[in-house]
Amino acid sequence: MAQELRIVLRNVGKINPEQVDDYLKAGGYKSLEKARSMQPIKVIEEVKKSGLRGRGGAGFSTGQKWLFTYTVNSDEKYVVCNCDEGEPGTYKDRIILENDPHTLLEGMAICAYAVGAKKGYVYVRGEYPSLVDLLNKAASQAKAKGLLEDFDLEIRMGAGAYVCGEETALIESLEGHRGEPRVRPPYPPVSGLWQKPTIVNNVETFANIAPIIEKGASWFAGVGAQSFPGTKVLTLTGDIKNKTFIEVPTDTKVREVIYDFGGGMEDSKPFKAVQIGGTSGAFMPESQLDTSIDFDSMRKAGAALGSGAVFVLNTDRDMVDVVNRIAGFFEHESCGKCAPCREGTMRMQEILDKINSGNGTKKDLQTLEKLGRVMSLSCLCGLGQAAPAPTITAMKYFGAEFAAKLR
Amino acid sequence: MDYQAIMEKYQHVEGGLLEAFHAVQDEINYLPEEAIITAAKIFNMPVKEAYGVATFYSYFSTTPRGKYVIRMCKSAPCHVAGAEAVTQALEKELGIAVGETTKDGKFTLEFTECVGQCQKTPVITINGKPYLGVEPAKVAEILATCK
Ligand SMILES: Cc1cc2nc3c(=O)[nH]c(=O)nc-3n(C[C@H](O)[C@H](O)[C@H](O)COP(=O)(O)O)c2cc1C
Ligand code: SF4
Ligand code: FES
Repeated sequence: MAQELRIVLRNVGKINPEQVDDYLKAGGYKSLEKARSMQPIKVIEEVKKSGLRGRGGAGFSTGQKWLFTYTVNSDEKYVVCNCDEGEPGTYKDRIILENDPHTLLEGMAICAYAVGAKKGYVYVRGEYPSLVDLLNKAASQAKAKGLLEDFDLEIRMGAGAYVCGEETALIESLEGHRGEPRVRPPYPPVSGLWQKPTIVNNVETFANIAPIIEKGASWFAGVGAQSFPGTKVLTLTGDIKNKTFIEVPTDTKVREVIYDFGGGMEDSKPFKAVQIGGTSGAFMPESQLDTSIDFDSMRKAGAALGSGAVFVLNTDRDMVDVVNRIAGFFEHESCGKCAPCREGTMRMQEILDKINSGNGTKKDLQTLEKLGRVMSLSCLCGLGQAAPAPTITAMKYFGAEFAAKLR
Repeated sequence: MDYQAIMEKYQHVEGGLLEAFHAVQDEINYLPEEAIITAAKIFNMPVKEAYGVATFYSYFSTTPRGKYVIRMCKSAPCHVAGAEAVTQALEKELGIAVGETTKDGKFTLEFTECVGQCQKTPVITINGKPYLGVEPAKVAEILATCK
């Protein structure tokens, strides 16, 4: 059976998250010390060579991102951690931070040193008030010990808007505005918070940094899938036996995730579909279960790794009802800035409501498909672009269920 | 309430408007018009902009809410785990519909999307504190802990 491999969760259950000394005893902040003995550009090269790619969903090369910010000349630069974690079914960043807040602070401090930033922010979703307290405590302990040197860190709290996970919306929110995504380019590494070069990385991405600096790029590059090395923390929900979190190498197959780590289907009911990456992910049928969870394999399968949420459904579940609920999520969370998403998410919900209540027609299905195409191509940010994916893939693989509900 | 005193601490925090609004809501669970107007003055922005921020985020409310704000998660994992039955039990027990506040001003019932506690669904939060694996039959017991 496949094995868990804990890199970002290495300290879970082993240290007291409220005690910086515990983290230090476990070898904590040694990587920061090591990084500071290297030239900044060497740190970036190491991260780049490791092949680490963002764990927040977009899968962009972390070293490359840092290099962009490094090369820009600016009096001020920022390092921001995205802990907005709003994708339904996802709680991995919370697990990382509840157990090991200093792994984030160390990763951010290494990044700040490498790109030349003096100020950092952690943007924590409003739903995690106790994490805000824990992070404040961790930051003040690290500051008191002089571990962060001149790197200044502030913890900020969001206020319940899923779209603020999108990095430019998050930046707007940090600036004290409505969290509406910006038109890009320019991208944050060049012009972000207060128009200054800004690194935005996910919690899990930062949590990988200290181990990479400690053990070296080639060690990390050798773990998991070649084009998306390392591990991924997954959270298992729905009709699966073990509703828990796991950390596995990125070349693990979806089938192994469900049947080995997840213990298989709850109450031994037959498998129907799995949605990976949260509510904006595609649904995958049985025939796709041998896909490896890495970013590129998932994309090739027409799905996404996303946040690493794994939502499993058994054959008793009504796909139309489930995607109707999901459409409601997008309708509610659309920020309203661009028309294809503001109107599109509303229409999608309206049509699915109609179909779900037995009043839909064949034409409605065609409209959904067309609307989905238009939205995926014309929406301003990832929210609207991904919103149709669950519906469209559910129609593709479970079309009979939709047909059966038509008038 | 002295909104000025609560919020001016954040005047020099860059982008501090959200922090200021959080501070007000920590006191009274919503943002009255007067607080929004005061915020606009403190942060030197048009009132419509401060209002725009107050209405953008689902955590902020511009209408009064109860002492206890109950949020029922309706995201897909909680949905398939029976969120609807829990919602009905909450509505019945409180005698209000989602979006309403009890007459005595004690409870407000709201929907929320995933609150990141999906290890044991369905989930509700009461003033931010999560309750996991909530069953309809347990609702009365949970509410009784709110004094
Ligand atoms: C609608 C939307 C929501 C997002 N939510 C999150 C989130 O909760 N956490 C996160 O790290 N990234 C989220 N992202 C991705 C971010 O925009 C960004 O790519 C990421 O924070 C970059 O960090 P990484 O390179 O370390 O992954 C979201 C993107 C979109 C479009
Ligand atoms: S796609 Fe949706 S969420 Fe994104 S900017 Fe447009 S309206 Fe806002
Ligand atoms: S889906 Fe309800 S708490 Fe995550």
